[in-house]
Amino acid sequence: MDLMTQPWPWYISGPLIGLTVPLLLLLTGKTFGISSSFRHLGSMCSPNTKLSYLKENDWRKESWNLALAAGLVIGGWIGMRLLARDPFPLLPAEYSTVEGMIKLFLGGVLVGFGTRYADGCTSGHTIMGLSNLKWASLVATICFFIGGLLTTALAQIIPF
Amino acid sequence: MQNLKTLLIGVYFGIVLIKSEVVSWFRIQKMFRFEEAHMYLIMCSAIAVGALSVFLIKKLQVKTVGGENIQIKEKKFQKGVIIGGILFGLGWAITGACPGPIYAQIGSGEFLALLTFGGAFAGAYLYAYLHPRLPH
Repeated sequence: MDLMTQPWPWYISGPLIGLTVPLLLLLTGKTFGISSSFRHLGSMCSPNTKLSYLKENDWRKESWNLALAAGLVIGGWIGMRLLARDPFPLLPAEYSTVEGMIKLFLGGVLVGFGTRYADGCTSGHTIMGLSNLKWASLVATICFFIGGLLTTALAQIIPF
Repeated sequence: MQNLKTLLIGVYFGIVLIKSEVVSWFRIQKMFRFEEAHMYLIMCSAIAVGALSVFLIKKLQVKTVGGENIQIKEKKFQKGVIIGGILFGLGWAITGACPGPIYAQIGSGEFLALLTFGGAFAGAYLYAYLHPRLPH
């Protein structure tokens, strides 16, 4: 198997993703999660905000999470530009139209709003929360899938 | 130093996200259409490894490399887990990206993901604005 040209199979990539949990805990004592980075960015960009959700959040203390997000950007570059012989598309071509861009933005709003309201995403709930056997994370994960299945079902009825 | 460590863990995570292709909209679609087991197998094996690690860390009361006690932040249930969870799921299937992959997509050169990121940032702001009025 050529690790450069082929996607890594699930039995390699799945455990490697799972290892992020103990890596973070053992090296830094931090609990794995990504979506809180949106909150920290919000707090960072608006130091004079009146919104308590952003004001009562000490982003400097949580800057490790922003460093994690920055690392993801670099890792994305390395993975695609150095470790793949032929970069592959991540989004369908329709998304480069104006309608597509609006769809992406609005989808992003749902991602940002939803993960903050649910207090976690696929990382914080599905990987970390389930690894920690939290039933709130099981409910969250089931709801993530209900939402995703709704989108794909709706897309087949109304082409949007 | 702490931030350098998490940055490097982020790099590691980003590489795996790209090479496993879980950052691909196409893979997410195949998952939600039950056309491919790839994503499910990745999630299950990731959780298995994560759960075993957490179990061992708790059982053996392992400390961090710096000698500190490890305290895992516990997720609590509130109504937002359901409502927010479903809304996130809708967005996940549209954009083909959950928060981690958004960053990895941007880094990989998929600059359209900047729109997903902008939306997510705006969404978090919207949540901050509505926070006092939403049921929790």
